[in-house]
Amino acid sequence: MTRKVNPKVAPDHVLELDHAVIDEMDISGHWNRMFEQRVIFDYDVAQLDRVTALDGGESMGWCYQCAQCIPVCPVDHVGSYGPRKIYRNLQLGQDLFTDDDLWLCTTCANCLRVCPKEVDMLQIMPAVRKAAVLAGDVPADLQDVFEKTARYGNPLGKNAKRRAEWTKGLDVEVPLISEVGRKVDVLWWVSDYPAYHPRGIDASRALARVLHHLGVDFAILGAEERHDGDSMLRAGEAGLFEMLAEHNIEVLNSYEFDVLLTTDPHAYNAFLHEYPQRGGTYNVVHYTKFLEQRLDDLGMTETIDRTITFHDPCYLGRHNGEYDAPRTLIGALPGSEFVEMWRNRENGYCCGGGGGGMWLDGLAADNQSMRLSEKRVMEAVETGADTLCVVCPYEVSRFEDAVKSTNNDGKLEVLDIAELLETALGLSNGQRG
Amino acid sequence: MDIAVILRTVPDPVEELELNDDETDLDRDYLGFVLNEFDDHALEEALLLKEAGGGSVTAYAIGTTDEVEQILYTAVAKGADAAVKLGDDVGALDAHAQAEVLAAALGERSHELILCGVQASDEIDGQVAMLLSAKLDLPHVSVVVGVEPAGDGLSVTKEYWGGITATYDVSLPAVLGVQAAQQAPRYVAVSRIRQAQEAGALSEAPFVPPTGSSGITITAMRIPESGTGAEMISGDEEAAADRIVELLQAAGMGGGA
Repeated sequence: MTRKVNPKVAPDHVLELDHAVIDEMDISGHWNRMFEQRVIFDYDVAQLDRVTALDGGESMGWCYQCAQCIPVCPVDHVGSYGPRKIYRNLQLGQDLFTDDDLWLCTTCANCLRVCPKEVDMLQIMPAVRKAAVLAGDVPADLQDVFEKTARYGNPLGKNAKRRAEWTKGLDVEVPLISEVGRKVDVLWWVSDYPAYHPRGIDASRALARVLHHLGVDFAILGAEERHDGDSMLRAGEAGLFEMLAEHNIEVLNSYEFDVLLTTDPHAYNAFLHEYPQRGGTYNVVHYTKFLEQRLDDLGMTETIDRTITFHDPCYLGRHNGEYDAPRTLIGALPGSEFVEMWRNRENGYCCGGGGGGMWLDGLAADNQSMRLSEKRVMEAVETGADTLCVVCPYEVSRFEDAVKSTNNDGKLEVLDIAELLETALGLSNGQRG
Repeated sequence: MDIAVILRTVPDPVEELELNDDETDLDRDYLGFVLNEFDDHALEEALLLKEAGGGSVTAYAIGTTDEVEQILYTAVAKGADAAVKLGDDVGALDAHAQAEVLAAALGERSHELILCGVQASDEIDGQVAMLLSAKLDLPHVSVVVGVEPAGDGLSVTKEYWGGITATYDVSLPAVLGVQAAQQAPRYVAVSRIRQAQEAGALSEAPFVPPTGSSGITITAMRIPESGTGAEMISGDEEAAADRIVELLQAAGMGGGA
């Protein structure tokens, strides 16, 4: 195919001059000035080498500064951190091991999705953090959470023995697998926030009612369950992860069940990608997928008069490719309307809770113009939705706080899909918090 | 400087605290125990002194429980050169009995400085360090918030009430009750603690059963009843301030506005 060219300058008007002066400015050029060595090898690459020398840090050296990562990095939108900038700062001598930048990445995986060089921040950041943790360089907030998780098995620092207390007084039975004394169809991995946080408990109680409604043969571990460790691993506490995984695998391997049902996408991620190589292989299913497969049995009767938008959790969506199950469930809510935020599915915006971000609010506040959760809530409000549906237990408290701090109180309600389903099934007692 | 640090486990308040059957003590059978917060500061101060001026740090703890071993392994992982368990399943010892056990164990050894937490969250009487110094006949300063090497001895800052501090020249050896280290106690990675554990970096010293005690007998212990009558003050700053002044005056505090 030939392109039609419409020349702006006729060929016979082109002049060749040895020297050209325009408006008293000498604009003469040397014929080969484009071929001279550019000064790109003058940097001290010592700091970059420290990162690329780490097991997992190698790909930092592959960055060729194309900056595709910048517009998709959720942190760059509210601050100066961005994956490309890390490479550049290392060239300029940044000590990433002690810099705040080290802790800003939420391991949301959107940079890796677009990176033509496969610079993998999901490997790089945990590797550098691991070295920093071993050197004792840990932000105070995170230190507290590591210590609590090591001691109590949950990042909230709650009494480990009270992990099943949320089931007390519930109108449906939630049996402990240790007391069932037989194989169950479904072992429900409840996770920390669903077991301890007031709004997490709301969602857990809702899910218990929905499972009961479906007649699912299920049980929980209660006090035997400890934090899955995934976020600790991304935050660099690899030893803590190993300790938790060893315990959890020993417990899980002592019981018989067909499906390991997870509430938390981070736990789902750990069971899919980290536990198998340590002797823990399970048929793990996120609760949205589990419920989607039983959609026909749900039989929703109550009208949900809401306009709903949905936030993709990074560890369910980008990390593990599940975008449809939650949307199918929302779509099946009778009478409801669904609207997408402009950043959705593969390009979903991060809530800020991943990679240790859940516990680094102070550090984020020092380095960002707003929380990621606030940015996301503003996007949700823009859609005109009155309900923000979530399917990750990190998000309810993050987004509810953000609704208040962005002065959107009363405009947007944050609800777990389990809460919406229990209402649509007529199972809800309407009490929350 | 050759430094000894005394560590101690205290009941973990995250657990529900329950009384024993005759209501004279906590029911210790079902309690979890954690490192006493002030002892963590004593350890941090010891490690900072070692890092600044060389020497060694040895951590001591009375008891044989897993939690006692855990705090000693953690001390080694943080940088202590040795950890010594004064082993016997002794249950709860009062300050006098602890000081006696520690004096027997430490008297033989030639530490130049012994650091204790200024008090522990279970007894809160702050006696161990001073009783230990008396038994060993060594100088003592308590409520210490700063330790600097000065000549052959130390320059030690002690905190008094109302924000007043005093600085003492202390000759060595000495015993200090530490209120706060120069920086928050450091983090140590779980993998480092496990390394220390796997290396078995723990020795045991003979435990000499104490003969003395404080002479105090606890006759009854009660769980505090939660009170009522908290008032949430609403309104703007002016209104809230007025209400606070009103309440203070009603309680007999402060003169006329």
